[in-house]
Amino acid sequence: MSETYDCRQAFAEELLALARRDARIVAVCNDSVGSSNLGGFREEFPDRLINVGIAEQDMVGVGAGLANGGFIPFVCAAAPFLTGRALEQIKADVAYSQAPVILCGMSPGMAYGELGPTHHSIEDLSWLRAIANLPVVVPADPIQTRAAVRWAAGHTGPAYLRIGRFKVPVTTPAHAPFEPGRAIRLTDGDDAAVIAAGTMVSRALSAAEHLRKEGVHARVIDMPFIDPLDEGAVLEAARTTRGIVTAEEGTVSGGLGAAVASTVVQHCPVRMRILGVPHVFAPTGSPGFLLEHFGLTAEGIVRAVRELLAA
Amino acid sequence: MLKPDPVAIEAWRARRAALLAANAADQEMLLRQSSTELRRTVIRMVERAGMGHLGGDLSVIDILATLFGAVLRLDPNDAHWPERDRFILSKGHSAAALYATLAACGYFAPAQLETFMAPLSALNGHPNRTKVPGVETNTGPLGHGLPVAVGCALAARMQGSARRTFVVLGDGELQEGSNWEAAMAAGHYELANLTAIVDRNRLQQGASTEETNRLDPLSDKWRSFGWEVREVDGHDHVDLLHAFRHLPRRGKPLTVIAHTVKGKGVSFMENRVEWHHKVPTAPQVIAALEELQETGS
Repeated sequence: MSETYDCRQAFAEELLALARRDARIVAVCNDSVGSSNLGGFREEFPDRLINVGIAEQDMVGVGAGLANGGFIPFVCAAAPFLTGRALEQIKADVAYSQAPVILCGMSPGMAYGELGPTHHSIEDLSWLRAIANLPVVVPADPIQTRAAVRWAAGHTGPAYLRIGRFKVPVTTPAHAPFEPGRAIRLTDGDDAAVIAAGTMVSRALSAAEHLRKEGVHARVIDMPFIDPLDEGAVLEAARTTRGIVTAEEGTVSGGLGAAVASTVVQHCPVRMRILGVPHVFAPTGSPGFLLEHFGLTAEGIVRAVRELLAA
Repeated sequence: MLKPDPVAIEAWRARRAALLAANAADQEMLLRQSSTELRRTVIRMVERAGMGHLGGDLSVIDILATLFGAVLRLDPNDAHWPERDRFILSKGHSAAALYATLAACGYFAPAQLETFMAPLSALNGHPNRTKVPGVETNTGPLGHGLPVAVGCALAARMQGSARRTFVVLGDGELQEGSNWEAAMAAGHYELANLTAIVDRNRLQQGASTEETNRLDPLSDKWRSFGWEVREVDGHDHVDLLHAFRHLPRRGKPLTVIAHTVKGKGVSFMENRVEWHHKVPTAPQVIAALEELQETGS
């Protein structure tokens, strides 16, 4: 787990590879060619890159219109503005219209830490999880990012892909499945389960390693689909371990932790700890500082598991 | 998804053939007949549902009758024919007018109109793409139609297709900023295959547009965004026909500002703000239908 990768790079490479094979693939962005890593796409397919300028509502509507004509648009923009500024367009033009638009939220979570809460994308998972007919995908590493791009282009409806800027190691085992509603079990263990998504997956693995040295066996579950959630994996964890810790780079109000909790509480109540940003606007600081600040680290996860088992 | 109605399709085809073969005066008469029939239909729909937006239905009907009667290239048997012209009703609260028009083309059986806004009906209070053939995108919240239309027009151009995109906007709706984002993009991309029609009835839900958040000088606004602009009488079918058939030059999208009267055709509804979503009483329905009968053809 030493080498780390920027998932935006994997995203851009996979999108370009797909575009070479399938003329229906187009990119739409909001003056974000650079931050969405679309420079290579523009160079090779200048006519298939629509840059509408700083106009997110128009951007998502244009994506829906392109989908109406048979294209598969990847609509790319910084996650806070794509999801917040155009939330109603995402609901009405894309999800409710069942337009096969792939919404790509770049640099989510704390990636723009120093720029302040206007630029932190911590609400996107809660907002989009509440919308029907819109899979919400949080790839954990470059392998899953590539798989997510391929899956999104091939399925028949819309999706939200959360493409991280944080550098992460490869955590996905070879031949791991990538399907809606399917989690990936990364380690075995029946003392506690740690369910994580995105940047938190590698931290959960480190936490499990620490815990093992203490004789605590934690099951790490990578949950790339926040919606549809793998309820089977969640309930199995609830039934066969002593409790669940969730970890996500976002607010605790309505994201992964809330989804897991609502599944558990209806079918098999167990102790839980939900790690994330605790319903506050985060302060300013580097991304690393902010993750430390909110305990979104391997140490934070270890602490949460210990508390859970001691309770 | 509702199913096409062969009988209604045949009738629509026959009307269209007669219309295209007719001289200008007869075209005007035939289109006016269609509009009157649609007006009578929407009044009955709103009465039955006990809800609706009659004022805006009546102001937009001549535009819809002209587009679907004589302009749009479409196939009601195959709502998703790839080369169809695209039509988007951005002012989605005028759904009754659109449904009545689509039924008259045979996209679905006219009897379905009786279910307008009934429980589990496909005919929601606002148009839905997955339930109603002929609807291209879901509308209802305002300011959504033009951006999607820009995407449709871009798609046609990228595919080298001659198909056109038409979008009807309410004038009050232009207070939504998303329209101006899209207007700017359409001008920038020089989308000559895009026509935006403004149903300029000068009233919105609560008051006149000019009292609320004024739109004038409206033509200048569109022109400054790189559009060609035509102003027409939105109840004159010949004017409308000429405007819709006109293809702008020099790579400019076209705005047709259609000056209309909210509640058009029913004297006690015309230009009265409360008829935005008021439901007529039984005697008012009888009076309205009689008035339309007298002035109709």
